[in-house]
Amino acid sequence: MTGWGPGGPGPLEAALRAGRDAGRKLLVPYVTGGLGAEWTEVVRAVADAGADAVEVGIPFSDPVMDGPVIQAASGRALAAGTTPDTVLDGLRRIDAGVPLAVMTYYNICFRLGHERFARSLVDAGVSAAILPDLPLEEVGPWASVADEVGVETVLLAAPTAPDERLVRICARSRGFVYAVGLLGVTGERETLAASATVIARRLKAVTDLPVLVGVGVSNAEQAVEACEVADGVVIGSAVVRRLLDGEGPLGVAGFVAGVRAALDR
Amino acid sequence: MALGEPSVDGRFGEFGGRFVPETLVPACEELERAFRSAWADPAFRDELDGLLRDYAGRPSPLTDCDRLSAEIGVRVLLKREDLNHTGSHKINNVLGQALLARRMGKHRLVAETGAGQHGVATATAAALLGMDCTVYMGEVDMARQALNVFRMRLLGAEVVPASSGSRTLKDAVNEAMRDWVASVESTHYCLGSVMGPHPYPWLVRELQTVIGREARRQCAERLGGDGLPDVVTACVGGGSNAIGIFSGFAGTRTELVGVEPAGGAAIGRGVPGVVHGMKSYLMQDEWGQVLEAHSISAGLDYPGVGPEHSHLAATGLARYEQVSDAEVIDAFQVLSRTEGIIPALEPAHALAWVLRDREALAGRTVLVNLSGRGDKDVAQMMDLLEG
Repeated sequence: MTGWGPGGPGPLEAALRAGRDAGRKLLVPYVTGGLGAEWTEVVRAVADAGADAVEVGIPFSDPVMDGPVIQAASGRALAAGTTPDTVLDGLRRIDAGVPLAVMTYYNICFRLGHERFARSLVDAGVSAAILPDLPLEEVGPWASVADEVGVETVLLAAPTAPDERLVRICARSRGFVYAVGLLGVTGERETLAASATVIARRLKAVTDLPVLVGVGVSNAEQAVEACEVADGVVIGSAVVRRLLDGEGPLGVAGFVAGVRAALDR
Repeated sequence: MALGEPSVDGRFGEFGGRFVPETLVPACEELERAFRSAWADPAFRDELDGLLRDYAGRPSPLTDCDRLSAEIGVRVLLKREDLNHTGSHKINNVLGQALLARRMGKHRLVAETGAGQHGVATATAAALLGMDCTVYMGEVDMARQALNVFRMRLLGAEVVPASSGSRTLKDAVNEAMRDWVASVESTHYCLGSVMGPHPYPWLVRELQTVIGREARRQCAERLGGDGLPDVVTACVGGGSNAIGIFSGFAGTRTELVGVEPAGGAAIGRGVPGVVHGMKSYLMQDEWGQVLEAHSISAGLDYPGVGPEHSHLAATGLARYEQVSDAEVIDAFQVLSRTEGIIPALEPAHALAWVLRDREALAGRTVLVNLSGRGDKDVAQMMDLLEG
């Protein structure tokens, strides 16, 4: 895959816009890279089960934006010897059939160097990067390299941001805008927080980019509720918990297919 | 030249910044505005100075170590932060932050703690001002500092174990940040050192400059000549007690020496990285995974360091030494025996460096920031020395 050049949307944004234009609600499951021997099979399986893109975590030692489930998954993957290279090697070897985004923390990118990290993503067929500890004020140096090399940098937008900040976030975000559904870290919740649709609505009012709600979207019912306003959802902990519980690619694909069916209903 | 303000993007040279989840950016901005306004407000300063004097017991004394000095041939002065209420310099910071939290309308404090000194200080300030308080502490540290856990609970704080990763200070910071991401509207994160996202490294430094201001004045009164010690030294974990005392002597002829534990030497053994909201020296592997520190002292068991220290090291304005656990255990006993002062294990690092480098320091005057008292470490040392 090569750079997509200035001006036009990258492959992730293009795919998500196409899905939205076709009347679909967008579904992006998250899988922790290196979690279990079959993790690349899981990526493929959730893609086949109806994902519009797949978010793959490169595990980091200190994931401050993640709750207990993804912390545990990251810890287990790291203990098994997972590195950024092993995750990207794994992704390079598969054809998921949908765009891939990696989610990791900034130190992984900083340590390798912006240029090298961006190129390693492109080499592995990854379209986009999500770095939750790199907010708008700090994203510039990485984002300009990413733009040049052809990696879409997805920014997060949180309920605490005033409207004028949402405008600036959307202007800098590529691929989609990741609407943080609640005040808190990743993890499953009993119900969808009221803040999820509020932030989605505020973002929809200021951007034409696809708006996907993540953090605290736990099941099909909550996904449908979020998508009454949002263009789609990211589902992380609900997927990863099933992997930690020993469900293989088929089981997890079944869960994702269920969410897909509910969104299509 | 005093220590300067960070740049508008929160940098000391290339270090610092605000690398936090988007959710927290507005809270960091609010905190910066609130601190700037409070720090320029005489009423706020008066209230804080009053608490530091009447509640915390400031000014802390300057003690000449006659017997120790005679034994090692170096004149050693101690800045006695161990005599503050709650037993360490941490109270200087938390009284300021608790007043600031109240000024911002926040009624709950969260904090991380390593040895428990910052947790105890935060719990104390919360009790004083009638605020709720939750302290995160690594499981390993809760075991080795059980008395401080009890103290915090006695003071009305909730102590929550950090059970991930190395289960020490680094993981307590992670848990405190996760709490703050979820509670930011009602809660102030009372960070315990000159680390974390902007404005904390600057804010905490300003609240600790009281150590340096007092020490500078006391040295001028006590010492002959130009009234300056030849060397000022302090232990460095995050680095708040060090930056506090350095601030009084920056730009003078006095040499500034920070002392890191060999097992947690971010400056000595790390390379620049980003964790806990800041760019600074960091012990990490080739892929950027943060390494676990290993120090006898829970308060210094941290793989990172405050960004201003990274800047001072990179520019040569201060230098940083490392000492081993064995040297620290020795220094802990030497000060107890020669001066009747049982130091905390953290400042015993600074003393350990003075003892080790006594020949190079011969005939000179060294001011050591005795950042805390050793009561909390006595049980651990008893096990180690007599167990």
